[in-house]
Amino acid sequence: MSEIAVDILNMTKRYGSFVALRDVCLSIKDNEFFTLLGPSGCGKTTLLRTIAGFEAISEGAIKLYGEDIADLPPNKRPVNTVFQQYALFPHMNVRANVIFGLQRLGQDETTARARVDEVLDMVQLMEFADRLPAQLSGGQQQRVALARALAPKPKVLLLDEPLSALDLKLRQSVRQELQQIQQTTGITFVFVTHDQEEALTMSDRIAVIADGQVQQVGSARDIYEAPQNRFVADFIGETNLIDVAVSSVSGGYATCVLPGGDVQFTCPAAAGAVVGHGHLSVRPERVSLVKPQDGLLRGVTTRQVYLGTDMSVDVRLEGGKIITLRLQNSEETHIPEIGDPVGLNFETGTARLLED
Amino acid sequence: MARKLDIRHFPGFLPITYLCLFLLYAPLIIVMIYSFNDSNSITIWGGASLRWYGEVFWGVESAKFKAAALNSITIAVMAATTATTIATLAATAMLKAGRFRGKSVSFALINLPLMVPEIVTAVATLIFFSAIGFTTGYLTILVAHIVFCIPFAYLPIAARMQGIEDVYEQVALDLYATRFQAFRLILLPLMAPGIISGFLLAFIISLDDFIITNFVKGAGIETLPTAIFGAVKQGIKPNIMAISTLLLLVSVVFVTLSYLVGRMGQNKK
Repeated sequence: MSEIAVDILNMTKRYGSFVALRDVCLSIKDNEFFTLLGPSGCGKTTLLRTIAGFEAISEGAIKLYGEDIADLPPNKRPVNTVFQQYALFPHMNVRANVIFGLQRLGQDETTARARVDEVLDMVQLMEFADRLPAQLSGGQQQRVALARALAPKPKVLLLDEPLSALDLKLRQSVRQELQQIQQTTGITFVFVTHDQEEALTMSDRIAVIADGQVQQVGSARDIYEAPQNRFVADFIGETNLIDVAVSSVSGGYATCVLPGGDVQFTCPAAAGAVVGHGHLSVRPERVSLVKPQDGLLRGVTTRQVYLGTDMSVDVRLEGGKIITLRLQNSEETHIPEIGDPVGLNFETGTARLLED
Repeated sequence: MARKLDIRHFPGFLPITYLCLFLLYAPLIIVMIYSFNDSNSITIWGGASLRWYGEVFWGVESAKFKAAALNSITIAVMAATTATTIATLAATAMLKAGRFRGKSVSFALINLPLMVPEIVTAVATLIFFSAIGFTTGYLTILVAHIVFCIPFAYLPIAARMQGIEDVYEQVALDLYATRFQAFRLILLPLMAPGIISGFLLAFIISLDDFIITNFVKGAGIETLPTAIFGAVKQGIKPNIMAISTLLLLVSVVFVTLSYLVGRMGQNKK
């Protein structure tokens, strides 16, 4: 059982009558790369700022390695932040930026200088140590911001969408670098992003946040393959949500009737699914094409989109519902023409019944 | 199309421009040129010389002007320093303290002196000083100057500060700085160009002031502008032109510096 780094207990944050975060409970483990993922305005940055100490919480508690830090000002919390805009001090060179926190902690000059060299080396910016921020590229500035926040060896490093200002290519390489730095330093990272790909590729665990509430916490695989509600299923990747009548729910499985027929289908069910009405979530890449008479569902091809490695195909069911599927773009794959009647199939384990 | 709408193509653009420039600068240029006149007359050209500049520094009236200049400069330095300090604190409170009650009123109060007619301020200040039984003299000039210099120092400082995002202070706090350290180590250096610019502007405003100074100065003390006015009342002599030219030069240098320092900071960002 690993230690809990950040423990957020029933925390609520209000601005006047507006509730930014509602009854949030999160346990972030020691030495974990933990991501807060959600659309803009969902409260993920506010949550990060409550951990940093820039926002006072209205209710609940925040514990850092067991110690309640909710009432400590930011400069008394052993956590550091990499801000979205980097916010390097423009009048100080790279070295002065990085040593700033160490000097405030009262470290002696020799120790502090050695530590600065160490972190600059880690982010490969040794040769730029004497430059001013304005003389650095966006990617370099981002790494200085990272080095500056890492230098004081925070117990938890908070990162507020640090990659959003970088271009695509650079973002991908920085992802790997960040992950590597997290692993070598062993510092707990709390990473905020709205980019699901970023979240899926980097994180040990992800908390999906919407409307100021935690929707689901789990590994990338958990939240992609076993989403707990419609929001998570829809927000992470693409999915088809099919309205179904649920005839029974038991032991984490549900039996439902697929539209346009009498086919009984049993699949895993999310907590909260009940007999009556539900939504079946099926990922486009899990749907396969079969002859019309062999399919769980039947329909007519209405659209095909070329995506390079994949083809996206839309099929309209008899009731009018559109199902999207993704086929690998290879010689062997048979891509139906528009207007072709087709059957759709998916494995029991790949579909998931979600609450209404 | 765009060319046609360009203001340079409006009828009468050039003549109006030249007329404005002429009215603004011809008197100054004439004073500057005639300050190098060798003649005793202020209107008849008698050849170029530095005679009247010599007169300013070593002539019969030089002692009077030197004393006045010394008063002007010491008052300007002290008034500008004090006003800049107050303006910096005011700008910090106005722009970095978030929303507070009376913020717009404070803003108006800081900037109002720019709009009050100077003669009104002058009369009011004089009445105020006599009402509280303050003997007019060097000190009253200084106090009055500090007061009217504040808005001039405030403007460039506030303009500069508006461009500094709050996130810098947050970073400083995040990196274990106290609030005061965040102010001293981060905010103050970033504001420095605005502060210097504000100081130079306040300095020159104080140095040039006549109306308020003339009302509150009391007998027996002169600043350069009041000394010049006093001398002119007894008839304009060419040495006045020399002094005016020197004062103009100082003004131009300071205002240019103020502008350049303010701009330099902007570019660096």
